Amino acid sequence: MNVPIRRLATVVLVMMLALMAATTYYQYFRAGELNTDGRNVRTIYREYGVFRGPIVVGGTSVAVSDPVDDPFKYLRSYSKGSLYAPVTGFYSVTFGRTQIEDSEDDVLNGSADELWMQRVKQSLTGQQQQGSSVELTIDPKAQAAAAKGLGDQRGAVVAIEPSTGKILALYSSPSFDPNLLAAHDTKKVNENYQKLLNASGSPLTNRAIAGDTYPPGSTFKLVTSAAALENGDYSPDTQIDAPNELPYPNSSKALQNYGGEVCSPTGKMSLEAALEMSCNTAFAQLGLDLGDDALVSQAKKFGFDTDLSVPMTVTQSHVPPTDDKAQTMRTAIGQGDVTATPMQIAMISATIANGGREMQPYLVQTVRDPDLKVVSEAEPQELRESVSTSTARQLTDMMIGVVQSGTGTPAQIPGVEVAGKTGTAENAAGQAPHAWFTGFAPADDPKVAVAVIVEHGGSATSEATGGTVAAPIAKAVIQAVLGG
Amino acid sequence: MSASAVAAPPRATTSAPARPRRGAELMLLVVALAVGIGAYALVSIRVVDSLPADFWAQVTGFVAVAVVAHLVLRFRAPYADQVILPVTLGLNGIGLAMIYRLDLASQKGLKPHDLAGRQLEWTAIAVLAALAVVWFLRDHRALRRYTYIAMLVGLGLVMLPLIPHVGRTINGAHIWVAIGPLSLQPAELAKIAFAIFFAGYLVTHQETLAVAGPKVLGLQLPRLRDLGPILVVWAVSIVVLVAETDLGTSLLFFGLFVAMLYIATQRVSWVFIGLVLMGVGAGFAATAFPHVQVRFQIWLHAFDTDVFNGSPGSGQLVRGLYGLANGGLFGTGWGNGYPSLVSYAFSDFIYTSLGEELGLTGMLAILLLYLILVQRGLRTAIGVRDGFGKLLAAGLAFTMAWQLFVVVGGVTRLIPLTGLTMPFVAQGGSSLLANWLVVGLLLRISDSARRPSAAPERGSVAPGGIHVAPEQDAADPGAARATDEPTVVVTRPTPPPAPPGPSDARHTTDDPPDESARSTVKRPPAPGEEDPRA
Repeated sequence: MNVPIRRLATVVLVMMLALMAATTYYQYFRAGELNTDGRNVRTIYREYGVFRGPIVVGGTSVAVSDPVDDPFKYLRSYSKGSLYAPVTGFYSVTFGRTQIEDSEDDVLNGSADELWMQRVKQSLTGQQQQGSSVELTIDPKAQAAAAKGLGDQRGAVVAIEPSTGKILALYSSPSFDPNLLAAHDTKKVNENYQKLLNASGSPLTNRAIAGDTYPPGSTFKLVTSAAALENGDYSPDTQIDAPNELPYPNSSKALQNYGGEVCSPTGKMSLEAALEMSCNTAFAQLGLDLGDDALVSQAKKFGFDTDLSVPMTVTQSHVPPTDDKAQTMRTAIGQGDVTATPMQIAMISATIANGGREMQPYLVQTVRDPDLKVVSEAEPQELRESVSTSTARQLTDMMIGVVQSGTGTPAQIPGVEVAGKTGTAENAAGQAPHAWFTGFAPADDPKVAVAVIVEHGGSATSEATGGTVAAPIAKAVIQAVLGG
Repeated sequence: MSASAVAAPPRATTSAPARPRRGAELMLLVVALAVGIGAYALVSIRVVDSLPADFWAQVTGFVAVAVVAHLVLRFRAPYADQVILPVTLGLNGIGLAMIYRLDLASQKGLKPHDLAGRQLEWTAIAVLAALAVVWFLRDHRALRRYTYIAMLVGLGLVMLPLIPHVGRTINGAHIWVAIGPLSLQPAELAKIAFAIFFAGYLVTHQETLAVAGPKVLGLQLPRLRDLGPILVVWAVSIVVLVAETDLGTSLLFFGLFVAMLYIATQRVSWVFIGLVLMGVGAGFAATAFPHVQVRFQIWLHAFDTDVFNGSPGSGQLVRGLYGLANGGLFGTGWGNGYPSLVSYAFSDFIYTSLGEELGLTGMLAILLLYLILVQRGLRTAIGVRDGFGKLLAAGLAFTMAWQLFVVVGGVTRLIPLTGLTMPFVAQGGSSLLANWLVVGLLLRISDSARRPSAAPERGSVAPGGIHVAPEQDAADPGAARATDEPTVVVTRPTPPPAPPGPSDARHTTDDPPDESARSTVKRPPAPGEEDPRA
């Protein structure tokens, strides 16, 4: 009977080998596929189960993962939730991620390619995968000034360091508390999310970079001026037509100035003076003289109609080309089909401040692994030359004039030369116009460029202009940066 | 010492297994206990940051069980295989740690359970039951007297759940009986009864089964009347189990039946017939019973969305596979995975639970432990001299392998999923008890297999007086060779006729009269004859 028993032993061996092969098939060869299967709850648990790196602003962690006793193991918590929500975004089991939590996800959870050394070390020492910390370029004081300045008005603030592109402030109002969505109680989180979705002012929208884009209004006159100066036939002193009203071609209507005012008794004024008092008819005529192509191509040089990420994706700002002269007139004063994000407007000021060279705006300064070793450090990057140095200098002088003696006087800071441009952008009929201000300071050695929008004039409503409503907020942000 | 002692060195190595080797067993036991207890401690520290409240009491209890087992073997079966006990205890410990880990996970959920404590109690009961077998069953051949009683017991056990008031339906399977507060799955115990019955019956009818019978399509069939009782038993169990919707156990009995029939007859035709029968049976079941049909769907189309979301669907199976995938090569580590996402993670799906936390490396190690265990069992079958012992040991060893294949093959989609427990590891008292009884029997038989001298001789009579059929000796090549070489004599410097104490007494009190009366081949102690590698 020993022969069949030996054969049986071989059969047993084959059976075991088959089990080993089947196990290997699922644990090795198909593991990757099964781990990413959408029905696999472990994918979510595994992702949420790793210690996620903190998001750091000015040396303080504003988003941290606290260990908790549930299947997700860590709870994301935000210490100054609503202040930094437009930057950090939220990290929710049910609703995914937004902003930095989303765009820096692979770094925060430790799965990014550049962190492979760290992962090898963690697996050798038997540690669990740990995420890296992300330090932002945000200046806490500037951010706080932006939030305080906007208060409960709807709007957004973006501040950029012109020489590098560092984003110093990025705020959207109303904001929200990301802790409401980071909780693990699915039912509660669902309710909170629905509330935020239906809340007035849609707090989940990041107006600074990705809201509904706004008509830039008179702030766009910086682009029109740049196109004129770059053209070579114009200087700030060049006298341009400034009629009381400019009829639209093939129409009985005419373009008027703000409040129907008269720009110049002579019907002519210098380019510089036109910018200072933001004369619509003068810029509309200038637009017609320069031609639609010149406006569109100058706008593109400032970043309109171009993809941008900071690292969150920024909605494109648009200047659609047109053959319609009436539309070109509107384009020249930033109305009609022109749309822009506050980020784009801030970039225009930053570029002028930086001698015409546009820097890539960025939020992530340093990535550190769990041992606090630097994994990557941001390097300032020039995107393009938007205008020549001399044009930038001329535009700066013109913008100083706006704040000193034009529409932007509320932005004046004692002892600091501020350059700026207001905007009062008409939008939907019957609604108060949006109040804009963009500028930079100090004008001779720019440290900060700002863009502020207050939707529908904020609390000042129809009385509002960019100068009265938006400029003080910009001033506060500039002071916060320079004071620190 | 005779002149043949000159040949001592080479023979001495081959006869080495005949030494008691309890010391080696002790070493292995320490390793096995360290694995189980270490896993238990790790799980607790990882999940709740501290050792369980009664950790040291439980560890003491577990170690005590192991020590008692070791001592019992020292006294009652000193020549028993030294690997079987440590491997089994190691597997048992790993299972306990995983069940405890799942308990901890469940305590955070809606339906907390405390299965590890009960499993620990059952472990103690099962080990003690196995030791009782070793202690009270002095010679496995005594079981041969109970061939037909075993058949009746087996049938009785299988039918028990169908009896009103005794049987219970738990989770849709009518395979339970309630005895007082306990719920048992009698089918687990029935496999031992059937193994004894098959061994006793086949060893008696071996000759007639192997020789006579018609030839069909080139296959030598045995005469139906020789097979009658076995076929009846098999058919009844299958029908009953199908009525109880216990496909796994019917598959288990079927494998046991075919394997033992093959060993007894040495005819591959039986395996073919078996496979054909199984194929026909499975094909019939797949068309006749909707629930079997569903099982096939789940097996073949596990990842289809409809099948995945079905009820019953492949959700549980596929979630188990997700667990395996999550474990990958090295596993998440004890307490770091999500095994409790799979329903019945502690019983039917404990393999995927372990796979998630221990990884492929751990699973291959566990499968190797089973392979070692089964091969030691089969080695026992080769070593033991009587045909009944051979069949019983081989049958029991194969049951463990087959049971493992059916359950692990089921959760890894090698074969359709049927409900069976992973021996020693899965939660469940009946399964633990039955498999430890199997280990008890294997330990007892291995003691006979490796006992160098004064052991019951081939052709002797078991205490019950049933004669070992003389023809079985001729059928045993090992035995035939041994009689051809009567000059092989004691080659070790110290012949081991004196295992200490009680085991020695056993032979002087029980065996000698039978032995002297019935031994057909009387010769000096010849350890070489037992060498299974001969």
